[in-house]
Amino acid sequence: MKQRPSQTMALISRLSRQVFTRSSTCLLKSSQSCQAQSFSTSKALSMRVPIDDVMLGFTEEQKQLRESVGKFCEEELTPLANEIDSSNDFPQMREFWMKLGNMGLLAITAPESDGGTGLGIFEHCIVMEEMSRSSGAIALSYGAHSNLCVNQIVRHGNDEQKAKYLPKLISGEHVGALAMSEPSSGSDVVSMKLRAEKKGDYYVLNGNKFWITNGPDADTLVVYAKTDMNSKAHGITAFLIERGMDGFSTAQKLDKLGMRGSNTGELVFQDCKVPVKNILGSMNGGVYVLMSGLDLERLVLSAGPLGLMQAAIDTAFPYVHERKQFGQSIGHFQLIQGKMADMYTKLSACRSYMYTVARACDKGHFNNRDCAGVILYAAETATQVCLDGIQLLGGNGYINDYPTGRFLRDAKLYEIGAGTSEVRRWLIGRSFNEMFE
Amino acid sequence: MARVLVGVKRVVDYAVKIRVKPDKSGVVTDGVKHSMNPFDEIAVEEAIRLKEKKFASEVVAVTCGPTQNQETLRTALAMGADRGIHVEIPAADYPKVGPLHVSKILAKLAQKEEAGLIIVGKQAIDDDCNQTAQMTASFLDWPQGTFASELKLEGDKLTVVREIDGGLETIELKMPAVVSADLRLNEPRYATLPNIMKAKKKKVDKLSPSDLGVEIATNIEVLEVSDPPVRDAGMKVENTEELISKLKEAGLV
Repeated sequence: MKQRPSQTMALISRLSRQVFTRSSTCLLKSSQSCQAQSFSTSKALSMRVPIDDVMLGFTEEQKQLRESVGKFCEEELTPLANEIDSSNDFPQMREFWMKLGNMGLLAITAPESDGGTGLGIFEHCIVMEEMSRSSGAIALSYGAHSNLCVNQIVRHGNDEQKAKYLPKLISGEHVGALAMSEPSSGSDVVSMKLRAEKKGDYYVLNGNKFWITNGPDADTLVVYAKTDMNSKAHGITAFLIERGMDGFSTAQKLDKLGMRGSNTGELVFQDCKVPVKNILGSMNGGVYVLMSGLDLERLVLSAGPLGLMQAAIDTAFPYVHERKQFGQSIGHFQLIQGKMADMYTKLSACRSYMYTVARACDKGHFNNRDCAGVILYAAETATQVCLDGIQLLGGNGYINDYPTGRFLRDAKLYEIGAGTSEVRRWLIGRSFNEMFE
Repeated sequence: MARVLVGVKRVVDYAVKIRVKPDKSGVVTDGVKHSMNPFDEIAVEEAIRLKEKKFASEVVAVTCGPTQNQETLRTALAMGADRGIHVEIPAADYPKVGPLHVSKILAKLAQKEEAGLIIVGKQAIDDDCNQTAQMTASFLDWPQGTFASELKLEGDKLTVVREIDGGLETIELKMPAVVSADLRLNEPRYATLPNIMKAKKKKVDKLSPSDLGVEIATNIEVLEVSDPPVRDAGMKVENTEELISKLKEAGLV
């Protein structure tokens, strides 16, 4: 069988319905007819609940992008998602990354002159949302690669750096990461202690980074280090680090509550020699590189919780029609309908907010208050909606044979990673206070 | 090198649960997700591969139906078809359209476009007719290779491996010809992001059936569309004695 398994299954399942209803027509030949029968009696395929992209103001191309990427993820990623989660491993990562590269998804926002697709944040959000719908973890790794790493190199790299690092990151041959946090420096990011001292043509890095998405897998990393220990924010410089550089290693892969299979780890620098030409942006100008990327990072990543909410709905809404109690589908009970309505409207509000802000960003109107607002609201709402997803499945929601628990565990990350809810609230509050000072 | 015409039909998506309209006049299509007929996707893929292997000069996707069929055409263009032809049929007339009309349209277009090969899906997953390829070949008086699971083109000789009951049949056709794609012919590609953007610039011609001299009238009247009967649950029996007694109870032996 050359067909992709899930597509074939879906097709056969659809066809098999017809085989049973139109017994005179033999549509499936030989061995397939047995398969058709066994598939039709197996558990119903999850039906993806449609998203009204016309209402959201998508263009024809944007609709088609969701369609194509959704189908790709549904067939190539969804079947692997539970195993990735339970084993905390994604052995097919390299192969999958090449497929993403082939689809043109790894550098959506990079201009065509840099080998990218030359589209906007809006399109990047669509892809992030659809991928999260299949696997929150792999979508997070995708976000770290395509937004945090690739986009920072596109925005701040010089021609030589772009020519050296971008082609393989864009083709999917290489995996990218970005390293900011340290064991004692999370929300207070400028208090970082990773030290870079100049010795001739090199900087020598000493210290470590922690909770780094793609850390254990990355070939190219954007790493922030202190080049002037005496100043806080203005003593930070961004460096391009390659796997295999002398003195650079990765320590343990972390065992996480969720986002399992999106490898997170510690980076260790012991007298790591980094050539001066690997400085990204300007000397002691790292904080600008860092902060300028954060708004877009927040926006693109907020599509993660969106996709997870949609995944909860994709699983729970068909389920409440299958599940019968007291002689009827539980979906016909008003308390269940209330939950369905609440889950859907909360998700829709988040989605409208995100695509509105994304559209503005693509027109060049950046607003850090709303970039923080979108992810603050989407992340916290996702945790609630994913909890509701579990509740709708009752006992089945609580066992790992069903994916609703995974959605919840994945969703919680977004209240912590890429800035905590607390920092996001602080940022929004501060932006209003500044108006009155 | 041949110009390849590919027929693409817009159908209710294969993953959608089909619902019958309360008045039993048909199935619910309003607000329901539609996509390209999966067998037509396979046909498009095969045509694109022929072009990539330099056996075809151009791939033209054709769709017949209301305005929304443009989406289906766009999918074909994003996969790699060179241009599209939309034979627009108003939504009100569309229920009257069947394989007979589509075959006439495809045959006319094949002549107009000087096509050397027509590839269509072996059937659409909505009406299951499995007639378009055969009737198109007949109108054109071209040879046909239906249920293709392998295609090889050498000069004007087309070798088609057909899926038949109990095995495979290999036939040789002289071009121009009509082929219908079976499930195992190939694995259709995903539309990549750059190709979706490129498709925007590809040309789509709009025609009406009357432009091609095809009249949309039908001699078929749909009397009723109904749900398939619900299958009764099975039961497990402990031994053959019990099985026999159950069969006797049911009056089957």
